[in-house]
Amino acid sequence: MKTAFKLAYRNLIGAGLRTWLNVIVLSFSFVVIIWLKGILMGWDYQAKSDMTNWEIGGGQYWHESYDPYDPFTLAESHSIIPQQFSDEIEQGDMVPVLMVQGTIYPQGRMQSITIKGIDPDQDLFLLPTHQLDTATDAVPAIIGAAMAESLQLDRSDHVTLRWRDARGTFDATDIVITDIFSSNVPSVEAAQVYIPLAILREMTMMQGEATLLTFRDPEAERPAVQGWVHKPKEVLTASVDRMIKTKTAGQSVFYTILLLLAMLAIFDTQVLSIFRRQKEIGTYIALGYTRREVVGLFTVEGAMHSIFAAVVGALYGLPFLAWQAEVGWTIPMDAGDFGMAMAQTLYPVYSAGLVISTVLIVVVITTVVSYWPSRKIAKMNPTEALRGRIQ
Amino acid sequence: MENSAIIKINDLVKSFPMGKTHFTALRDINLTIGRGEFTGLVGPSGSGKTTLLNIVGSLDTPTSGEAWVLDHSVGRLSARQSAQLRKEELGFIFQSYNLLVVHTVYENVEFPLLLLKIGAPERKKMVMDALEWVGLTDKVRSKPPQLSGGECQRVAIARAMVKKPSLVLADEPTANLDAANSHHILKTMVNLNRELNTTFLFATHDEKVIKYLRRKIYLLDGKIDKISEQEQT
Repeated sequence: MKTAFKLAYRNLIGAGLRTWLNVIVLSFSFVVIIWLKGILMGWDYQAKSDMTNWEIGGGQYWHESYDPYDPFTLAESHSIIPQQFSDEIEQGDMVPVLMVQGTIYPQGRMQSITIKGIDPDQDLFLLPTHQLDTATDAVPAIIGAAMAESLQLDRSDHVTLRWRDARGTFDATDIVITDIFSSNVPSVEAAQVYIPLAILREMTMMQGEATLLTFRDPEAERPAVQGWVHKPKEVLTASVDRMIKTKTAGQSVFYTILLLLAMLAIFDTQVLSIFRRQKEIGTYIALGYTRREVVGLFTVEGAMHSIFAAVVGALYGLPFLAWQAEVGWTIPMDAGDFGMAMAQTLYPVYSAGLVISTVLIVVVITTVVSYWPSRKIAKMNPTEALRGRIQ
Repeated sequence: MENSAIIKINDLVKSFPMGKTHFTALRDINLTIGRGEFTGLVGPSGSGKTTLLNIVGSLDTPTSGEAWVLDHSVGRLSARQSAQLRKEELGFIFQSYNLLVVHTVYENVEFPLLLLKIGAPERKKMVMDALEWVGLTDKVRSKPPQLSGGECQRVAIARAMVKKPSLVLADEPTANLDAANSHHILKTMVNLNRELNTTFLFATHDEKVIKYLRRKIYLLDGKIDKISEQEQT
């Protein structure tokens, strides 16, 4: 085997430009695949990190009636916070959120929204809730940038808010926009108005109640609590995993095409080699190789393209990938339009596993593609091969 | 010269399928070649000399009869045993040199030693010795396309001789060379035959080669026509 590697190396280096053309095409596949996978991993990491920081913390308890996909459940989705969470809430490691359906009337238009009551002093989320701790002539409120843009609302704007209290009675008041925040998590921004929890409880006559309880520590033991459903962080981020999986499947088509192009070049080289190098094949056999060993030599030779490609790819790919990890890739269209947790600039994340698995996949595929046409050698007549006769 | 049999052929027949019939390339071949001989299979094109050489080189097998080479019956060897015989005991010289064109002269000559897994320092010495025999020590880094025909054939001889095989099979080794180069090559082979007691078996119809042969086995239409021995010129 060592001899086969040595000979394959000599043959490839000796073949000159033909080898390097294949190697460059294959190295391009390496770099692009690692970069694209890195972007997806970065997106996954970033989306989960943004969701953690803006929406789900280390996990949540949901009121048993709460269904985020059914706004009509909100009317029932609230109850007194269990006593056992008092300390955690007191220490700021758990943030209760009360959610109520409402309507706002910006510039005479009507917009259904979810009113979220949240403690202005919380620091579990990146939401600028401290801006709710403002003395104003109306109820202080913060909204997301996407909603502000669609409703043409700005800081200090007043807008009428209508809601129903616990008894089902409609009421209305003015809110003032004290801050507009921007996040990469659309579900935090879309049709949501954040006001102080104490005020919302008073408005709705739901003292001491909440819809969601978000805790900080994802590792802590979480007991089952009657009337509340524990949602661990992995469950809450499962949608991101599913989305990334879908995207990965989509991107696989692209990798496959890229790899097919590179493999076509290798396959073509192998087929040509077997036809053009018949005399050489015959010579190997005359000098003491079995036909199987010649098949092995040609397979190693083809597969070695991928090793060379990994080295060449590393030469220009490592600086490129490192630079990309530093500056990121800015999506050429508005990321907010995608309707999922996605930053405008994605920073690729590479892991050793990603690099090793990509290299292994390409090496294995190249080896198979090299072996396939080489099998023909096993059927060759060595005396005909020695004369260079096409068989 | 020790004259124990290195090749012994009994009632050998070789035929090839040709459409629905068979073409018989060799028939009733009975032959013994001793160690250290400088012998040639002589005959016109199509007489069967290359076919016989290929069978002796275990690149082909007889249809019937037996060909014993170094106590191995060629027709009964497995592919691996056959390769082992060629690797360890046989050297080949071809009409069109069959050098590995992307390898240097040194690498071409080194190749059989790599297959024998000989260590690097010993390998280097053996390669340089072989190149010295053929007078090409100044061309170690050259590649075959940079050499003349005569030089290429000398590289091929060095490659065949480097492992000091028991038997060298040369198929029309001077066919692509001019008279001066042919004589130079043949003198080299005669010297190696004398110095190393290597058996040489040629397949040729070239008068330049025939002059050097100590024993000539004439083939005609696949049969041995006559065998003549003469003193070396």
